Amino acid sequence: MLETAYFIPFYPFLASLLIVFFTRWNEKLSSYLSIGMVLTGFVHAIFVMAAMLSRGGLPLEKIIPFVSHPSLTLELGMYIDSLTAVMLLVVTIVSGCVQIYSIGYMHGDPRYSRYFAYLSLFTFSMLGLVIANNFFMIFIFWELVGLTSYLLIGFWFEKKSASDAGKKAFITTRVGDLGFIVGILILASYAGTLNYQQVFEKVSSGALAPGMITLAGIFIFCGAVGKSAQFPLHVWLPDAMEGPTPVSALIHAATMVAAGVYLVARAMSLFVGSAEASMVVAIIGVITSLMAATIALVQNDIKRVLAYSTVSQLGYMIMALGLYGVDFAHGHHSAGFTAGTFHLMTHAFFKALLFLGAGSVIHAVHTNDIQEMGGLSRKMKITSITFFIASLSIAGIFPLSGFWSKDEIVATTQGHPIFMVLTLLIAFMTAFYMFRLCFLTFTGRPRNEEKYHHAHESPRSMTWPLMFLAFLAIFAGWVGLPWLSHGFSSFVFHEEVHHAGPQYLLMLISTIVAVSGIGLAYLIYYRKQISADALAERFKPIYTTLYNKYNIDEIYDAVIIKPLLGLTNVLWWFDANIIDGLVNFTGWLTVKWADLKQWFDQYIVDGAVNGVGYVCMAGSWLFRYLQNGSVQFYTLVVIAAAIGTVIYRATPTGFYYYLAGLVIVALARLLPRIFNIRDIDTEPKAEN
Amino acid sequence: MMLQYLALAAILFAIGVFGVLTRRNAVGILMSLELMFNAANINLVTFNKYIGPDNLTGQIFATFIIAVAAAEAVVGLAIVLLLYRNWRGIDVDRINIMKW
Amino acid sequence: METEVSQTIFYLLSFIIIISAIYVVTLKNIFHSALFLILTLFAVAGIYVMLHAEFLAAVQVLIYVGAVSVLIIFAIMLTTQLTSRQIKQSNEQVTLGIFVCAGFLLVSLGSLSKTVWRIVDRPLPENNPLAMGKMLMNEYVLPFEVVSIVLLAALIGAIVLARKEGA
Repeated sequence: MLETAYFIPFYPFLASLLIVFFTRWNEKLSSYLSIGMVLTGFVHAIFVMAAMLSRGGLPLEKIIPFVSHPSLTLELGMYIDSLTAVMLLVVTIVSGCVQIYSIGYMHGDPRYSRYFAYLSLFTFSMLGLVIANNFFMIFIFWELVGLTSYLLIGFWFEKKSASDAGKKAFITTRVGDLGFIVGILILASYAGTLNYQQVFEKVSSGALAPGMITLAGIFIFCGAVGKSAQFPLHVWLPDAMEGPTPVSALIHAATMVAAGVYLVARAMSLFVGSAEASMVVAIIGVITSLMAATIALVQNDIKRVLAYSTVSQLGYMIMALGLYGVDFAHGHHSAGFTAGTFHLMTHAFFKALLFLGAGSVIHAVHTNDIQEMGGLSRKMKITSITFFIASLSIAGIFPLSGFWSKDEIVATTQGHPIFMVLTLLIAFMTAFYMFRLCFLTFTGRPRNEEKYHHAHESPRSMTWPLMFLAFLAIFAGWVGLPWLSHGFSSFVFHEEVHHAGPQYLLMLISTIVAVSGIGLAYLIYYRKQISADALAERFKPIYTTLYNKYNIDEIYDAVIIKPLLGLTNVLWWFDANIIDGLVNFTGWLTVKWADLKQWFDQYIVDGAVNGVGYVCMAGSWLFRYLQNGSVQFYTLVVIAAAIGTVIYRATPTGFYYYLAGLVIVALARLLPRIFNIRDIDTEPKAEN
Repeated sequence: MMLQYLALAAILFAIGVFGVLTRRNAVGILMSLELMFNAANINLVTFNKYIGPDNLTGQIFATFIIAVAAAEAVVGLAIVLLLYRNWRGIDVDRINIMKW
Repeated sequence: METEVSQTIFYLLSFIIIISAIYVVTLKNIFHSALFLILTLFAVAGIYVMLHAEFLAAVQVLIYVGAVSVLIIFAIMLTTQLTSRQIKQSNEQVTLGIFVCAGFLLVSLGSLSKTVWRIVDRPLPENNPLAMGKMLMNEYVLPFEVVSIVLLAALIGAIVLARKEGA
């Protein structure tokens, strides 16, 4: 089964093709086909994981080269190691849950089958991305993931905000991809290969100049910045909430944004070669995380809060990986790699659960605004319970899975005091805003009676995935218990296994931080002992800035978008006026030329033709008299000619006299008649 | 002496040609034609006497010419009669339809 | 052996011929011109006699003067418009015709005078009609017969041409 692991992406791809071409008109069949294929992939992934576990994480690689040139080889291939196996499971589980959930959520949508085709296509792209064995192939699937996310975000394209969001996502990630391409090109030209193992070999053996490694690392990280919505390319993720909520759960919680983290993790052997690149990674990660957490404190849209939460958590993972790289470059081995990837896995589960739960709430009250919700726990038991579980997990409360992964991340920041302070601050804020969300949505008195009245629990197709994910959100993290000697850290690692034993001090500190965050939220939003509005008033400027997301979108709009649009206007003006003017001028010129030719044809050519006729007619008056029908005249001509010939033969000079005489006599006869001087030989009135 | 006869014939012929070219009356044209025939006859007989007197070829020839000229005059005058019937007159200047 | 007498007779006859011929081609009255034609033909017969072609002269008088001229006069009578005096008998080609004829005369007279004739002085056969008859029946019998056919054809043709329509 391990050998045929490359089948896994093709199950959902096959589903996508079949839906597009054959089962589009049968909605039930489309959804069952899609879910069936994903579950097949899940089963296969379990086998792959089992095989990997038995091998102890030994990687397997299969290659199909297709361009073999001395300076560059391109290939398609499969590289399965422990990280890949974990990612395969995560992707298939979350995709499966989302698809089952979608049966209920997207029920009645006119483009139901297309939605499942897109979902399957996305799953195929993501699975292909994780099993790729070289940068070229991962880039192919990278772009495919970008494409399918564009299609899914803009799924309800009739809404302008949705189609705009799709475009924004695609274009912003494209900017990151530009950096990614540059990084790939640097690797291709300096390392001569794009295969992971070969590149890493070159890095570790020192065949590449350190400057090049840094550059390559930073540029490749650009791709991750775009895809994982790090600062400054994070602006697309909140807008991407325009898509259907299951899409948000799949793409923006668990899988696509994780692709950036996966890329950094996969290319870690490259990053460890350059402390500078790794530090850049870590700094961007922590800045992103901090910024997103602060914005999430004051948002009123459920999905926005969750979106910024995602950005923040991704920043955590990126920061952890970056710090690992820094530490490794300085010689000592930290827990960062394991921490980042572990958090990736647990985050996927609880964030997906949070999004699906939010979707369930939105489905019930038909609004995203938490100011209009309240007290929904009474009406939606399953949703609220699972939501609380996920919130506890993300806040990092013992013994849920989020606690263990967050603890690992905190442990990574040892040795970097600034990072550690910021991390704990972020953890505090995470707990706070998550429970603010919970309390405002599910507890207290309903703020909108109408909506509250219509709220109801979601159908079973939507609640079962919630329950399954809640189970995972609790227990999935237990594979990373620090007391385990054969746990996550011995399975997914970089270079060597890092067994840090349980650090009780850190665990205690992070728990205090989390609990205090929850406590503050409890005080403000549940007990209402501190008024949220009063706080907002006192810190009005800060509040406004946070609420407006630091106005980054506006800055981008003014600095980048407007000048670009101005440029396009200039170019449009150029095209419409000058180039089209040229074309039109050519057309006008052609018409004028045609007019000239017509004039020419009419007056000169026709004139010539008519002129010939006119000349003929004018000149024929003389010759007309040669054919007057009189036989005697004909006879005269014959005899005159015969005599003329004889004379000519006899005396050439005499002939000229003869000819002259003829002409004179003829003219003497003809001219008067022409000028009507005297009517010669007019026909007398014949009397019979 | 022969030259005189020949000159006479030539003059007669020229007068005949003039008549053919000039006469308006169709019968007049035919009469001029007869003059030309006679001129030719005179020529033949002259040559017979002065150049080849051994046999009478010239005279025989002239006889035949007379016969044929008579026949031709007959037919020609029959045609003139038809002309007269169709054109109410025999002014050949009016009979000029042999043109464009 | 051209005697003075024959010369004088020749000049007289040729004078008659030429003047009559000129009258033939110029007179307005077509009947008069027919009469002058008869005179011309008579004179031509006289010329034949001078050239020792007695039989031919007889034939000339018989046929030309006797038949053809009569025929012509018949035709004139049948076709002429009565008041023929006002109608011009000459068309407008007169000057050109004179010129051309003058040219012709010049050409022929010139060539006549310039040619070297091989004149022979032997006498003609004595009995002219006898000799003519002999020749007609011996050497020229075929043309003789053909001419009769020609005359027959002319006869039939003239009758066909000139008969009344429908008759």
